[in-house]
Amino acid sequence: MEADYRVKLEVFEGPLDLLLYLIKKEEVDIYDIPIENITNQYMEYLTIMQMLNLEVAGEFLVMAATLMYIKSRMLLPADQQVTDTEEEGGEDPRWELIRQLVEYKKFKDAALQLSRREEEQSNIFARRGDVGIEVEAGRAPLAEVSIFDLINAFSDVLKKASARDDFHEIAEEKFTVSDKIEEILYTLRNRTEMLFSEVFAQASSRTEIVVTFLALLELIRLKRLKVRQDQAFGEIHVIKVT
Amino acid sequence: MQLELKKIVEALLFAAERPLTTKEVRQILAEATDEENPGVTEPFRNVREAQVAATLEELKVELDTEQHSYQVVEIAGGWRMVSRAEYAPWLKKLLDEARPHRLSQPSLETLSIIALRQPISRADIAAIRGVEVDGVIKTLLERDLITIVGRSDVPGKPLLYGTTQRFLEHFGLRSVDDMPKAAELRVQAAALKTAEGETQHSNTPSPQSADEGQATAASQQD
Repeated sequence: MEADYRVKLEVFEGPLDLLLYLIKKEEVDIYDIPIENITNQYMEYLTIMQMLNLEVAGEFLVMAATLMYIKSRMLLPADQQVTDTEEEGGEDPRWELIRQLVEYKKFKDAALQLSRREEEQSNIFARRGDVGIEVEAGRAPLAEVSIFDLINAFSDVLKKASARDDFHEIAEEKFTVSDKIEEILYTLRNRTEMLFSEVFAQASSRTEIVVTFLALLELIRLKRLKVRQDQAFGEIHVIKVT
Repeated sequence: MQLELKKIVEALLFAAERPLTTKEVRQILAEATDEENPGVTEPFRNVREAQVAATLEELKVELDTEQHSYQVVEIAGGWRMVSRAEYAPWLKKLLDEARPHRLSQPSLETLSIIALRQPISRADIAAIRGVEVDGVIKTLLERDLITIVGRSDVPGKPLLYGTTQRFLEHFGLRSVDDMPKAAELRVQAAALKTAEGETQHSNTPSPQSADEGQATAASQQD
């Protein structure tokens, strides 16, 4: 696939964010992570992110290696699991990772509470000498819906499409991100919103789906569109910004 | 006319353009003069800081009980007179304020880490988040929510970051100890390193509480 321009989306979140997301999605116990399951899911996400040419930070790859390593050690009989000279006897190979995840999650919770306080403070006013308008220059965060939610939805679209009879692996036409951007905006000209899955309704090949998704991401980055998800892991709504 | 201390304090907070500390209020009371009527300011010359604090608490209760449209709150180490949330729609219209951008999730997380672990280096922040934090730190510095507070002693002498006064005001916090999860997570970097040495010997992965860490560090120093 030749992209007419590269959609550069910095994934601000890191491998720990992805792992916590997967743990929540799979509804597993963070203190007893099913390593095989989580590693497989993680690798799937990594593959998709690379397919989309998203800027995947090196840390994601390091984590992939770490997960593989832990997985392989878990497969050994218990007495052979501890070969590392740094560790004491009987230590769970997942221990360090779990410790890291648990700590990070606490900071995430703190951040959530900070976010609520920020909201409360925005409704309270005091006398000001200078009107302290803080305008955040630069990048717009994928605020309401996380990048992983979008990738998840994208993955679902791909799977459903692959199951269709008229689905092609190789594209017949050449699709560009610019074209798809125009197309999406055209579809929304008389509407304010549409469902994520609707955006891909007309796509008939994998290439077309990928390019459409990149166009969607670009429109979000340009703040022409925003996305909303009313339920955790639920349907995503694409909304026109007026 | 004998004026009430509480009313004087109320007037000060009304006019102030930033939070005032009890210390500052005490100083104003000690130094203010009325040249035409010297007797007016005299009675308040020797008011102690503790009395100022008590008066502020009284004022707070009074304004709440009488349901004034404004209130006094403790914020960023001082006291400030602010409006109540119910009147936000009209005040927003009046002040015609461009809504400040809400901080992104990565920004809030990085900010939480810095607030609870300050002073902390870029590398240590990244270790907790599991990803590079350069872009986020730049944004937070630009918005004056964090600042450079020194340099670490370790090789390379990396910069250390901490939160600012503006950070406390932005989130309506009295102090860093007022941070969410402060009791659990607020550990000085040094105590944390000692605690990490201890936890490597435990078999079960359990969350290391801040208190445990500090107690272990303290007993090690004895």
